Amino acid sequence: MSMIEPVEDTHGFPFTEGATKFEIIPTDAADPSSATFVVHDEDHTLGNSLRFMVMKNPAVSFCGYSIPHPSEFKIHMRIQTDGSITAAQALNQGLDDLVALSEHVLATFEAKVAAKGDYETRDI
Amino acid sequence: MPDTASSVAEMRKRVVLHADRVAHPSSMEFPGNFPGEDLAWDLERFKKDFRIVIGHIGKDDMEFDMIGVDAAVANAFRRILIGEVPTMAIEKVFVINNTSIMHDEILAQRLGLIPIKADPQAFALRRGTADEPTDLNTIVFKLTVRCEKNLDAPAGAVHPDDKFINSNVLSSHLSWVPQGEQETRFADDPCRPVIPDILITKMRPGQEIDLEAHCQKGIGKEHAKWSPVATASYRLLPDIQILKPITGDAATRFAKCFPPGVIAVSPNAAGIPEATVVNPRKDTVSREVLRHAEFEDKVRLTRIRDHFIFSIESTGIIRPEKLFPEAANILIKKCKALKAALAASGALDSGAGGE
Repeated sequence: MSMIEPVEDTHGFPFTEGATKFEIIPTDAADPSSATFVVHDEDHTLGNSLRFMVMKNPAVSFCGYSIPHPSEFKIHMRIQTDGSITAAQALNQGLDDLVALSEHVLATFEAKVAAKGDYETRDI
Repeated sequence: MPDTASSVAEMRKRVVLHADRVAHPSSMEFPGNFPGEDLAWDLERFKKDFRIVIGHIGKDDMEFDMIGVDAAVANAFRRILIGEVPTMAIEKVFVINNTSIMHDEILAQRLGLIPIKADPQAFALRRGTADEPTDLNTIVFKLTVRCEKNLDAPAGAVHPDDKFINSNVLSSHLSWVPQGEQETRFADDPCRPVIPDILITKMRPGQEIDLEAHCQKGIGKEHAKWSPVATASYRLLPDIQILKPITGDAATRFAKCFPPGVIAVSPNAAGIPEATVVNPRKDTVSREVLRHAEFEDKVRLTRIRDHFIFSIESTGIIRPEKLFPEAANILIKKCKALKAALAASGALDSGAGGE
């Protein structure tokens, strides 16, 4: 059976292709240490897990997200840092960390599934 | 009451359940929250503490423990399992004839919910109506059923199954019509409903249904029919703390407040029956024990904050142990897509600070 090369994903929702993914609402053009990032086509799934990762960064003094309106499919993610890095860098770091975490969870899970005999298998 | 230091330590590791509320449910493990502690993200430390223990894997369900991860991340996996892992489901129904008592739109809605055994990765998304249906994005089924009298039925037959032919329209009546290369591509695993005996509707002699159904790829966020799981859920591992010994008849009454197997009553060193916690995993945390004044101050019901008991029930399209890796990959893809969009916005170039 031949596999189809998966289409470049539309980040979850099939019918919003070509729409803007990402915008920045700066609080102050001269101060890159705080900004609100608008991420389209995302919800609590990425919002809350990314908020957690960004908050784990000691250079971040505040991070929170909101869904400004339930019928608009987007999140607002507010990041404020202590000035040692920009808000955008904190977001980028958070994304890297979340990818690293997910990759480790995935690798651990697959290793455990491969270790047959360590768990019960049922036929029903 | 425990002293402050130990109660803070417990607050960080446990979610405490009181009769009328749940105390400190949210995580506090962030840098700056506790003096002298480095709570910054550290991948190596995470790798050291993180564990997965698989309980069982069945044909359609699995249970495993995920230990050492924050609820924000565990919840992301759960949400993706329910809403964002794609499958194939009937999306368009072309009704040629329907004389059954079920209206066309209800029939179409019921058809949509039938899990279709087809590898979603072998198909492409069909985006809107501008995208032509092809053998790469659409599976076609025909449902042609006519109910008739069973002329061979014994004279005294009363049951409709005996009196009539095709009085029950089942998912097995859906016949796959391979398009283009589908016949060769799926020769060893033909597209079909996962379960053959799902009742779609009932008919009586003279009624018939003749329709064509088109399956498309989609995700549960748009419609639950595309969700690959019957449900995916997690609960936190309960931890029952007995603060003062519970002995004698009270021990038996105490054990009765919990599901069987959670509490054991056995003679202690002095030979008096005493209650001990043997299997907190079985506890449903009904909080029944908190209704009894005699156990006040003797027990504390808690849950371990970072110990998730995950349960995945597949609809049968994708094997349960394949579902979780798909969800993890989708989360990784989401992050990478956002990272690319962030880089493209140029926000990373205008650097302040050290880097």
